[in-house]
Amino acid sequence: MPYIIDRRLNSKNKNTVNRQRFLRRYRKQIKKSVSEAIGRRSITDMDRGEDVSIPKDDVNEPVFGHGQGGERNFVLSGNKEFSKGDKIQRPPQSEGGGSGEGEASDSGEGDDEFVFQISQEEFLEFMFEDLALPNMVKRQLADSSEFKMVRAGYSEAGSPSQLNVVRSLKSAHARKIALGGKNRRRRKELRLELEALIEPLSDKQEIRKAEIVAEIEVLSRKLNAIPYIDEFDLKYNLTVKLPQPSPKAVMFCLMDVSGSMTEDIKDTAKRFFFLLYLFLKRNYEKIDLVFIRHHNTASEVNEHDFFYSRETGGTVVSSALTLMDEIITDRYPPSQWNIYAAQASDGDNWQGDTEQCVELLNEKILPCVQHYSYIEIGKRPPQELWYSYKEIQSGIFSDRFDLKAVQDNSQIYPVFRQLFERGVK
Amino acid sequence: MSRRKPISTGSDWTFELLEQYDQEIARIAKEKFKLDTYPNQIEVIRSDQMMDAYASVGMPVSYNHWTYGKKYVSTEKNYSRGRMGLAYEIVINSDPCIAYLMEENSMTMQALVIAHACYGHNSFFKGNYLFRTWTDAEAIIDYLVFAKNYIAECEERHGVDAVESTLDSCHALMNYGVDRYQRPVPISAEDEKVRQKEREHYIQTHLNDLWRTIPDTHKQIDEPKRVNFPEQPQENILYFVEKSAPHLEPWQREIVRIVRKMAQYFYPQRQTQVMNEGWATFWHYTILNEMYDEGLVTDAFMMEFLTSHTNVVAQPEFDSPYYSGINPYALGFAMMTDIRRICENPTDEDKRWFPEIAGADWLETLHHAMKNYRDESFVEQYLSPTVIRKFRFFALEDNEYKSTIDVTAIHDDEGYRRVREVLSQQYNLSANEPDIQVHSVDVRGDRSLTLRHHQHNGRPLNDETTEVLKHLRRLWGYDVRLESLKDDQRSWTFATND
Repeated sequence: MPYIIDRRLNSKNKNTVNRQRFLRRYRKQIKKSVSEAIGRRSITDMDRGEDVSIPKDDVNEPVFGHGQGGERNFVLSGNKEFSKGDKIQRPPQSEGGGSGEGEASDSGEGDDEFVFQISQEEFLEFMFEDLALPNMVKRQLADSSEFKMVRAGYSEAGSPSQLNVVRSLKSAHARKIALGGKNRRRRKELRLELEALIEPLSDKQEIRKAEIVAEIEVLSRKLNAIPYIDEFDLKYNLTVKLPQPSPKAVMFCLMDVSGSMTEDIKDTAKRFFFLLYLFLKRNYEKIDLVFIRHHNTASEVNEHDFFYSRETGGTVVSSALTLMDEIITDRYPPSQWNIYAAQASDGDNWQGDTEQCVELLNEKILPCVQHYSYIEIGKRPPQELWYSYKEIQSGIFSDRFDLKAVQDNSQIYPVFRQLFERGVK
Repeated sequence: MSRRKPISTGSDWTFELLEQYDQEIARIAKEKFKLDTYPNQIEVIRSDQMMDAYASVGMPVSYNHWTYGKKYVSTEKNYSRGRMGLAYEIVINSDPCIAYLMEENSMTMQALVIAHACYGHNSFFKGNYLFRTWTDAEAIIDYLVFAKNYIAECEERHGVDAVESTLDSCHALMNYGVDRYQRPVPISAEDEKVRQKEREHYIQTHLNDLWRTIPDTHKQIDEPKRVNFPEQPQENILYFVEKSAPHLEPWQREIVRIVRKMAQYFYPQRQTQVMNEGWATFWHYTILNEMYDEGLVTDAFMMEFLTSHTNVVAQPEFDSPYYSGINPYALGFAMMTDIRRICENPTDEDKRWFPEIAGADWLETLHHAMKNYRDESFVEQYLSPTVIRKFRFFALEDNEYKSTIDVTAIHDDEGYRRVREVLSQQYNLSANEPDIQVHSVDVRGDRSLTLRHHQHNGRPLNDETTEVLKHLRRLWGYDVRLESLKDDQRSWTFATND
C-alpha cells in the first residue's frame, strides 16, 4: 500500500533561509536597485515589492565546459531540405554553430540580467537598513503602562488555566510514596510470606495464614484510602509582571506649503516625509507623529491631509515653530519624551521672521529635542533661512541639529540615509 | 475483457480517489507489466512548495546555500509571470520512493503522474544498473539529513561566510567529483558520523607526512629519482582535494566529501535522461490505455490525458522558435514504443537491423533495455531507422577551420548509422564534459597543482575556466595551473597566479 500524505498544510517557504542567503550575497546590487526605485516611484506606491536585476555574470557559478571552436558533431531534428554533403553558411557570429545541445538556447533570449522580485517587506528592509533615530534615550523607566509577563517558577496557588499537569502529578506521586511507603513495604513482606506457605498446611500455619490475609486486607484498605490527587499537590505556573522601560518618542514633521513651494518641491518634500513616516512606522512600535504644515499660519493635520491635500499662502516659518512649541508644552513633556523634528522648505521666509525662527529654535525647541533636521529643497542658491540655520549648526546645539540641501527627487533617499545613518550623531 | 464501471467521472480529485486509482494502476503495473518498484510515498503539495522542491533540485532535504535561493527566486519570478509552468510532479530516487503531486492537478493529471512517477520512474530507479551501482536509495534521505545538520553545525562554528565560500568552490567542481568507473562505497548516515571522526584524524596525520618540510639528508643524496604525485592521473578532482589538499580544515574536507557524494548521487540521472523519461512516459501511456480498455476511466478522461501526453512528447523542429534541443520525453517515448513495435510487428528492415529482438517478447526486451543501458548505449543499440525517419534527424559537422557547417548524414540508408552514432555521442557525458584530470603536484617546489585537459576534437575550454581554477586554488591552498592538450601538444595554459 502506498502512503498518501497531505503536505499542503506544511510550513510555507522552506527556502526562506536560502532566499535570505541569496539576498545577503547580492545586498549591494539590491540596495542600488532599491534606491533607484525610490527616486522613480510616486509616493502613493512607495511601499511595495520591486524587481531587482543583477548582471548575469555576477550570479553565474562557473563550471568547466567547452567553448566555441574545434570540431563539433551534432544531430538536429526536423530536416526538410538538406541532403548529405550540403554546406550551410554559418549563421552570423553571436550564436556560433547553432544550438544543438539545449544550453545554447537559454542564452539565445539575450537576457544579460538576472531578474527577480523582492517582496514589500524585503524592499522596506533594504530601504531602512542601518537607519535609526539618533540620541534615543530611555526615559520614564517607571512608566506603568508597559509590562512584560515573565515566567517565575511555580506556585501553590493559581488559576486552573495555569495548572502545570506534570508538576502536579509528580507531586501527587511523591506524596503517595511518602504516605504509603511503610504500609506497602509491610504488605509486600506479608505477601511473600503467604506465598512461602505451601499446602498442606499445619494448624499453626493455617492460623498464621488467616492472620496474614487479614493484615493484608487492612493494609490494602489503608493504602487505597490515600487520595490519588489532593488539593495539596496542585502546582501552578507562576508568571509575574515586570515593568518595561519604554522609549517614548514623538516626531514632528514640519512642511512649508506656501505659494513659493511649487508642486515639484512639495512633491520632493512629501517624499522625504513619506520615507520618514514609513521608516518610523516600521521601526518603532510606539512613536507619535505630529504633522504640522504652514504657510503664513500653521496647523496640525492628520497624515492624509499632510500628504495629499493642497493649500497655499504666504510664508511665516515661525508660525510652525510656535505651534510645535505649544504642542510640546501641552502634550509631550521633554522629561518623558524623546522629541524629534524634521522640517522641509524651499528656504523662503517672510522678511524679518527668520530671526524669530532662530530665536525660537535656540531658546525653546532645541534645548528639549533629541534631534532636529532641516532640508532645503530647490535648485536655487540657498536662502536666508539656510544661512541662519547654518549658524545654529555651528552653535551650541551642533550635536542635535543638522541641515541638508536637496535638489530633486533622486537625492531624497541618499540625504535621508545621511541624516539617519546608525552611528552618526 | 468485461468493461467495468469507471472509477470517477469528474475532474476533481479526492484522497479516496487517489488511493483507488493508485490501486488499479499498481495492479496493472505489477501484475500485467511486471514493474518492480520501491514502495511509494505520494505527497500532495501546493505550487509554492513545488517551487521549493525545484530550488533544491528535487532533494527533499538539503543544506542551506545561496544558490538554492537563486534558483528559487528565478523560478518564482518566471512562474508568477506565467512564463513557465511547473512540472506536474517531482520524484525522488529513495526507498520509499517519494513523489510530489501538485494540488492544482485534475484527477486525470494525478492519475497520469502516479503512473508516470510512482511506477515508471520508480521502477527505473530500482532496475537500472547505473542507479543500482551508484546510488543507495535506502540511505539517501538519512545522508541528506546528516549533511544538512553537519553543514548547519559548521556554520555555527566557523561562520556562514567561511562555509559558503567552501561550498561555492566545491560546487564549481561538482561535475568533477564523481568516480566514473569505480563503484563507490554505499553511504549510510549512521556509519558516516562514526567514520567522519576517524577520517579527520587519519587524514590530518597522513598529510603531515606528505608535506614534511624538514629535509632528510639521506634521501637528498639520491635525489634523481623523481616521484610523480599523484602516481596516476586523478579524474575525481574533489576526491583528490579531500584526500590531499594540505591546508583544508577537517570540517572543510567533510564538506568537500558531502558535495562529492551529492554529485555521485545525481550522476546516474544525468546519464539516463532519455531512458528514464522515455520509460516513465511509455508506462503512463500504456497503463492508462490499459485502464481505458478495462473501462476504468471515461472518454473525457482519455481526451484530457491524450492532450497532455501529446504536449509532453512534442518535438519541435530545429528551425522552430520553440526548439531547445532534442526533447528527452519525445525521443525516449518514441524509442520505447518502437522497441515494442519491433518485437510485435517487425518489418523486413527491422529484421535486418535488430535480428535479436525482432519477434521477441516485447515486455522482456523492454525490461532488459531498461536495466542494462544508459542514454549513450541505449541510442547506439536501439535507435531504429523508423525513429530516425520519424524525427527526420540529420547530423551536422561544425569545424572551426571550415567556412560552412556540413551535413554529414540524413535519414536515408546511407546515413542511419552515422546519425545514430553522432546522436549517441551527444549523450556521452565524457565527451560533453571536458576531460580534465589532476596531473601532478610540484611536491618539492611551490606545491602548485597541475591539471590536464585532453581536448576532444580540438574543442577548447570556455571563458569560465580561470574562475573555476580560482575556486580550486581556494581549496588547494597553492597555485593551480591547467594545461590544455591538443593531440598531446600543449595548446593553452590557464593559471591562477597571473
